[in-house]
Amino acid sequence: MAVETKPAGAVADHKEMLISGSEACAEALTLADLDVVTAYPIRPYDTVMQAIAKKIANGHLEAEYIVAEGEHSQFEIVKHASTVGARVFCGSSGVGWMYAMECLTVTPPLRVPMVCMVGNRALDDPGAFGVEHNDALVVRDLGWLLIWVDTAQEMLDTTLLAYRIAEDRRVFLPIAISADGAFLTHSQTICQVPSRALVDKFLPRYDRGDLLLHPDNPITVAPQANEDWVIEIRRQNDEAMKRATAVIDEAYADFRKVMGRGPENPWFEEYMTEDAEIILIGMGTISLPMKVGIRNMRAQGKKVGLIRPRWFRPFPTERLVKALSKASAIGVIDRDYSFGSPFNSGVVANEIRAAMYNADKRPPLLSFICGLGGREVTLEDVAKAADMCYAAAKAGKSDPKTHWLGVRE
Amino acid sequence: MAHFTCEVVYRGIFQKNLAARICRGIVLSARKAGRWGIAFGRYGDSPQRNGIPAKDFAIVADSQEELEQNMARYEPKEVDVTICVDDTLSKGVESWAWYGLQPINRLTVSGGTVLMTSLQSPAALLKDIHKKEAPYTLALIRAKASFSGLWVYKEDHTEARILGALAKIQPEFLSLDAVCQAIQEAEWGSDLKVASARKAHERLETQPIKITEGNAEIPYAFEKPKWWEMREGVTIPAIPIGKPMEGGKGYVPERNPYFKKYTTRTMRPVIDFDKCVKCTLCWIQCPDSCFDVTPEGLYDANMESCCGCGVCEAVCPAKDCVTMVREDAFEDNASQWEMWRTDKAKYTTWMTDKIHSKEHITRSHGFRFRGQYEEEIKKDLEQGGIEITAGIPGENAAGKK
Repeated sequence: MAVETKPAGAVADHKEMLISGSEACAEALTLADLDVVTAYPIRPYDTVMQAIAKKIANGHLEAEYIVAEGEHSQFEIVKHASTVGARVFCGSSGVGWMYAMECLTVTPPLRVPMVCMVGNRALDDPGAFGVEHNDALVVRDLGWLLIWVDTAQEMLDTTLLAYRIAEDRRVFLPIAISADGAFLTHSQTICQVPSRALVDKFLPRYDRGDLLLHPDNPITVAPQANEDWVIEIRRQNDEAMKRATAVIDEAYADFRKVMGRGPENPWFEEYMTEDAEIILIGMGTISLPMKVGIRNMRAQGKKVGLIRPRWFRPFPTERLVKALSKASAIGVIDRDYSFGSPFNSGVVANEIRAAMYNADKRPPLLSFICGLGGREVTLEDVAKAADMCYAAAKAGKSDPKTHWLGVRE
Repeated sequence: MAHFTCEVVYRGIFQKNLAARICRGIVLSARKAGRWGIAFGRYGDSPQRNGIPAKDFAIVADSQEELEQNMARYEPKEVDVTICVDDTLSKGVESWAWYGLQPINRLTVSGGTVLMTSLQSPAALLKDIHKKEAPYTLALIRAKASFSGLWVYKEDHTEARILGALAKIQPEFLSLDAVCQAIQEAEWGSDLKVASARKAHERLETQPIKITEGNAEIPYAFEKPKWWEMREGVTIPAIPIGKPMEGGKGYVPERNPYFKKYTTRTMRPVIDFDKCVKCTLCWIQCPDSCFDVTPEGLYDANMESCCGCGVCEAVCPAKDCVTMVREDAFEDNASQWEMWRTDKAKYTTWMTDKIHSKEHITRSHGFRFRGQYEEEIKKDLEQGGIEITAGIPGENAAGKK
């Protein structure tokens, strides 16, 4: 006979729902009273577009729903809608996101606070549906704020936070929320959905101010400019990205105050790191096998912890360096690749190497590539990575090789 | 600490909504006792096509941590209950991205349950269900497979009945009251469905299955190549051109030896070779190149590559030459043409038994028997202005007096 457990019950002013990561996103969009959404189907992002369509069809959300003829138009339409003051949402996956590339590059300089969901998917070829992070990572240098989430609840909360942060006049930059295809987009779990009244307390209306494209505010957006103007424009973007750090801290603090929940540290989740000798790093839903693997290793007396970066842009350099400096060795598991990069590592491993370069204490860092194309990251993969980190800690130096785990060889 | 894991093996598209509802129902029912849960599909199955076997899962546990412990993998390695909502899947499952044939009871834990909707006897089902190295229970809900479409859902209470049966199988996780409460509250709920769940709970038939029982066939399998063995450039060799069947005559195409896909089939064509006019239409129109050309110019459907789509029956101009027959009427994939040329009289008896049985030729999906549309049209013309589609049982239940 199973142990009777007490019903957890909903947090105050929340209702409980059994929803997927994509449905959680649509719940948040409804609560945020979205104005314009564009859609073009590609798996796994299409689950969000279906969920929003249902919200509109059922009369829960009043918004313009525009089916574009491709991702390029999809992203162009919301970009323009945002300049006239609409709260917008868009999204895509894999090569669909690539097809919108031109629009993705023009959005940050125009300071358009577009919120997007990237249902992470391997880039073609081969045509595959499973998760890799290379799609969203492609825009990492362009002025997009990038965040990875790992549960449907975090997807819901982050969507609300994203509007608050992107639409802050100090930022006015687009945000892409990355959700791992399948593991998050297609899995239904129990979520706490806040009331509209709570969300209204947290999320102000979008006010584009002097940048509003309107007959009463005559302006020209995106005139031709050359070497006499461009570097100053880039410098503005740089400043907006830097300002985003404080805005993110502020927004999360306010979210906690209003909702009564949410992380203390917006930037990354730390799991069992207080006394950890080995710190493993992974983004997105890879956290699940990593946490379970760590619990199993802890039972064997191995002091392993996890850091799961949420925000990748802006990159929380100082905080991350501080958190990592106390480890005896670091193991980064990338669900992406960067062929020909330093040490042939994944993107996250090299970002962390760069961040650690000026640190006083630089523990040995090992780089792993695992779970590409949605391949299962097994508990054995995680244990293997941790054991190799222990060996590096003992030797006191990094193994420069990048290790591929779970590949048939 | 305890957890409960379930899989639903279903037919792609036809039962997509059914499987999703069952898994949601499991989590919502278990939540009534404060448990945590997750409902998800096997993502490799996600690009569904009509009839392709696919899987959904539900896991529930006493705590969130225990739930994580059990969901930290791509799909469960074993399940307490395998739910199969079409008994033709008992022949095994070859899914979109699987390699080889998987027995329906492959993931069922030792001492677990295979819960199936079926009108067949356990003995008949065990001719198809593969032997397992562990004992388990076969639980049957007396029902036909519930098939609908991508955008529609047949409200025939199958999901409620499955949930009611689960309350009998695993009462410590899903009490009957919790199931009924969840059904009532759920978006698809009704008092009638609650009654169906209670009836299924009451009427569930169970039979213990020993390791000696079942189909002795060894399911086909193959080993995936290593990264350095694979050809570069995302390139695979083409399937070679075929060969004459025998004596330089006829034609047998080469077929993909790894992906046979016949478990997609819920009906198969039965051919009356004496009625064939050798028009070639079935051979040309078959989307899976499943017909072998025999030396005398007849067409023999290869049952390892036939998906059971029914195109051959639809295009055949000869009356009663090709008839689609339900898959549960067959026990193997043997060649019909071989049977016919060996003993024509015996074949005629065998064939007549299949194609003249209304039970066997009743459609698993779409129209329920050949000529249904014509019959309905005729009725309409004769009686004037009445509804020409009779409707699927259950669909209009609320409106019926």
